[in-house]
Amino acid sequence: MNIGWLTFLLLLPFVGALVTMAVPKASGLLAKQVSLGFSLATLALTLVITVGYHRNGAADYEETHTWIEAFGAHYALGLDGVGLVLIVLTALLTPIVQLASWNDAKGGRWSEKSFFAWILALEVLSLGVFAATDVFLFYVLFEATLIPMYFLIGGFGGAQRSYAAVKFLLYSLLGGLLMLASVVGLYVVSAKSGEPSYLLTDLIKVDMSQNTERWLFLGFFFAFAVKAPMVPFHTWLPDAAAEATPGTSVLLVGILDKIGTFGMIRFCLGLFPNASEWATPVVLVLALISVLYGALVAIGQTDIKRLIAYTSISHFGFIVMGIFALTSQGMTGSTLYMFNHGLSTAALFLVAGYLISRRGSARIADYGGVEKVAPVLAGTFLFAGLSSLALPGLSPFISEFMVLAGTFSRHKVIAVVAVLGIVLAALYILIMYQRLMTGPVRDGIEKLKDLNAREVLAIAPLALLIVGFGIYPKPVVDIIKPAVESTMQRVGVTDKAPEIPVTEGQK
Amino acid sequence: MPLFVIFGAACLGVLVEAFLPRAWRHLVQVAITVVALLVAGVLTVLLMADDTKLIAAQGAISVDGPALFTWVILLALTLISVLLFAERSIDGGLSAFAGQAAAIPGSEAEREGTAARVEHSEVFPLTLFAIGGMMLFAASNDLLLLFVALEVFSLPLYLLCGLARRRRLISQEAAMKYFLLGSFASAFLLFGIALLYGYAGTMSLGGIADALATKTGGDAILLAGTALLAVGLLFKVGAVPFHSWTPDVYQGAPTPVTGFMAACTKIAAFIGLMRVFYVALGGTRWDWAPMMWVVAILTMVVGSIVAITQTDVKRMLAYSSIAHAGFLLTAFVGLAQTGSGVTNGITSTQAVLFYLVTYGFATVGAFAVVTLVRDAGGEATHLSRWAGLGKKSPLLAGIFAIFLLAFAGIPLTSGFTGKWAVFTAAWTGGAWPLVVVAVLCSLVAAFFYVRVIVLMFFSDLPEDAPDVALPGWQTTAAVALGLAATVVLGLVPGPVLDLAARAGEFIR
Repeated sequence: MNIGWLTFLLLLPFVGALVTMAVPKASGLLAKQVSLGFSLATLALTLVITVGYHRNGAADYEETHTWIEAFGAHYALGLDGVGLVLIVLTALLTPIVQLASWNDAKGGRWSEKSFFAWILALEVLSLGVFAATDVFLFYVLFEATLIPMYFLIGGFGGAQRSYAAVKFLLYSLLGGLLMLASVVGLYVVSAKSGEPSYLLTDLIKVDMSQNTERWLFLGFFFAFAVKAPMVPFHTWLPDAAAEATPGTSVLLVGILDKIGTFGMIRFCLGLFPNASEWATPVVLVLALISVLYGALVAIGQTDIKRLIAYTSISHFGFIVMGIFALTSQGMTGSTLYMFNHGLSTAALFLVAGYLISRRGSARIADYGGVEKVAPVLAGTFLFAGLSSLALPGLSPFISEFMVLAGTFSRHKVIAVVAVLGIVLAALYILIMYQRLMTGPVRDGIEKLKDLNAREVLAIAPLALLIVGFGIYPKPVVDIIKPAVESTMQRVGVTDKAPEIPVTEGQK
Repeated sequence: MPLFVIFGAACLGVLVEAFLPRAWRHLVQVAITVVALLVAGVLTVLLMADDTKLIAAQGAISVDGPALFTWVILLALTLISVLLFAERSIDGGLSAFAGQAAAIPGSEAEREGTAARVEHSEVFPLTLFAIGGMMLFAASNDLLLLFVALEVFSLPLYLLCGLARRRRLISQEAAMKYFLLGSFASAFLLFGIALLYGYAGTMSLGGIADALATKTGGDAILLAGTALLAVGLLFKVGAVPFHSWTPDVYQGAPTPVTGFMAACTKIAAFIGLMRVFYVALGGTRWDWAPMMWVVAILTMVVGSIVAITQTDVKRMLAYSSIAHAGFLLTAFVGLAQTGSGVTNGITSTQAVLFYLVTYGFATVGAFAVVTLVRDAGGEATHLSRWAGLGKKSPLLAGIFAIFLLAFAGIPLTSGFTGKWAVFTAAWTGGAWPLVVVAVLCSLVAAFFYVRVIVLMFFSDLPEDAPDVALPGWQTTAAVALGLAATVVLGLVPGPVLDLAARAGEFIR
């Protein structure tokens, strides 16, 4: 067949975005229902694809069409375990965000339907990013995700949203353009060794000199480090997350930032294995700084959304650490972490959003005693917070444990210091909970309404998955593991206990 | 030959101007111009289909792949520009040009002329002369002809610049500046030509290349000639430090003319520049390449940084065009040629040709949009007047946003594929530091493009916001064509890239 499943998967939300925009302005409710319908259909299709996925290391659902011959660019899609997990996450979070932010787009700069259409547009591009197996296609989609996100931040949200949107855009463009330089360089390298091609499968075979590989690696890594975001390129995230609506923040932190860590696995490790090994010490130290700095700054925040944004910086530090620990356990843990972090941060942001929309303030000092007035809200908030600090029994615990264990087997000092991050995580979550929810009821809190059915419905699947995968993570791990192992082979490192043999001729 | 068609039609236009009654002239002139452009276009395409590569006119004109490709772009863009020239429905039934250029601004005579609907239909033959000159310039295989062609297309442009109906004084000032600086640059060029003649004993590009290969000694005169020649050509390209005319002229000229100049002059000048330096002076590339590196870096940096401080849309687009000239120069100094053994992919010529296509269409389209945002005093070009345009006319603001994104080089627009092509050519030729500078400048440039988008979409509409004029079919067509090219070349640039590749290299 010429057109594959993945193309259908991209077309579905794309058509959805167009249909949503085409709904007449007066019937805002209909537009929202239509877009929710499309995102649910996308989720269903994703599940079908997941069931059909063959679960070995190689890419599945591949399709390749020549796109721009002169550039060696292809429209090439394919799934490996890492990509699949993130696609599932994207397809899952989109309808949840839509449901949770049902009324958030009111009072935005544009109509509600454009908010929902932009969300679908973002979904198309993110799915494409995770499925692309051609560097050029990846780059194009990677940059294109900026446009819907820019309008989502700039159009709907707090008072400083224009500033936050521009800051977000410029930071991302800086990373993206340096990556463009590397992408161009890849073309030249590939053209010198024969026919120019951007297909990952072709690029892997290309020989590069050591210096070229390192420079190209730096271009890619910088873009991903801005995106992920790692200290010191993180300052755009708290601004963007604090000014955007909670739903937008979820999409930003839960999905878009994952492109950074995803890119590190697929492109930095996949294309420049030697340079990645070369850069490991610096990257690990940066990741460690992210873990600790993010957590420490989070403790000091006075704004709920900024606090959550800083916790994410800390979590992304863990993810990057697991990736560059270069052990199969660490990398599997990181990929699992990406998924779990998406779930837990989404829950935390959304519940915080419910709270903020009720009181109309994001300042922690404005709250107190919420648990007496709105017990369900306080309970879900506590649950989301506990999952974020990786309580054993909830899914983030497993991934955090795997990351630390994987790092420890190779870099003991780093892992030991990073454990501090867990302690700090307990601090920032519990202190926040204590200030917001316990104590005497503050003025303006007395009349706070508890969660309604729609809001509970949006959080429920997240909670179920967090508990479910906390107890039984095997299904996800089974998908991730083969993909990670083939990446490890590509890098040419083995775990300390040599269970996975290196196949010859890969280096 | 297409050139005959264009120049013939231009002469016919002059005759029409002399002999036909005024009421008919506009219609007839437009018809002649459009038909001439179409016929010339068809002829050029036929030549391209034959894969023509010949040296015509006793070695003075080289009709090779790049020349033909350039002709096609030039003709297409001129056609769009002519549509804009002919637009009369925007400004209450008046065209963008002054009724009587000779009348003193604000005088009784001018008012009478306006009331009587007097207009200069000479603009059409002038345009034809200009485009003919540009085509000749891009194809000239002889330095003397190069100079003649330069004057043939410059003189009509000087005139056209001074013909704005609104803001006559700025317009006349622009024409004056352009003329003075332009003649200065022409003099440099001529002196350079003279020195090169002194060195090589011939004017033809091929002859100079031969002399370079065989002759020893006389380096001083060669280098001086090269430098002076570069000054003249870089002036037309609008490269720093020879750029100072650009903002004033772009701002003062009638907006349709600005679009025409911004797109077509740049195309012709670039191809002329590449032809001279690749064909005639290819042998001394190590002497002039460092100079061009410096010019390219300066052009990108100055163009994109100074653009940030601009408060006028047309001036901002002028500086942006300077920055784009810088991006083009990176490919030019990349020197990725099929002959030089470094390519297995995109060549410099191909990249530049493709970039010129993408840039040309987006530019003409963007200036067409500028003509539509008006208040009582004509076009409202001050940036603050554009605030909240997204509320007033989402469609127009959206289209302009797409053009801006294309200039900024965001993927899925033609600007991205174009940028990609020139950067690749530069890197292939080993100029990767230029690529790094270029991407950083792209970021700076993106900032001011995005600022306009922020202004249009995220600012509130002021009380006295300018109106968005209802465009006639001509402007609509121009905007639509520009937009279509921008989007299509962003998504499927393959065919045009292949055409540009087929154009091959310059022949001597």
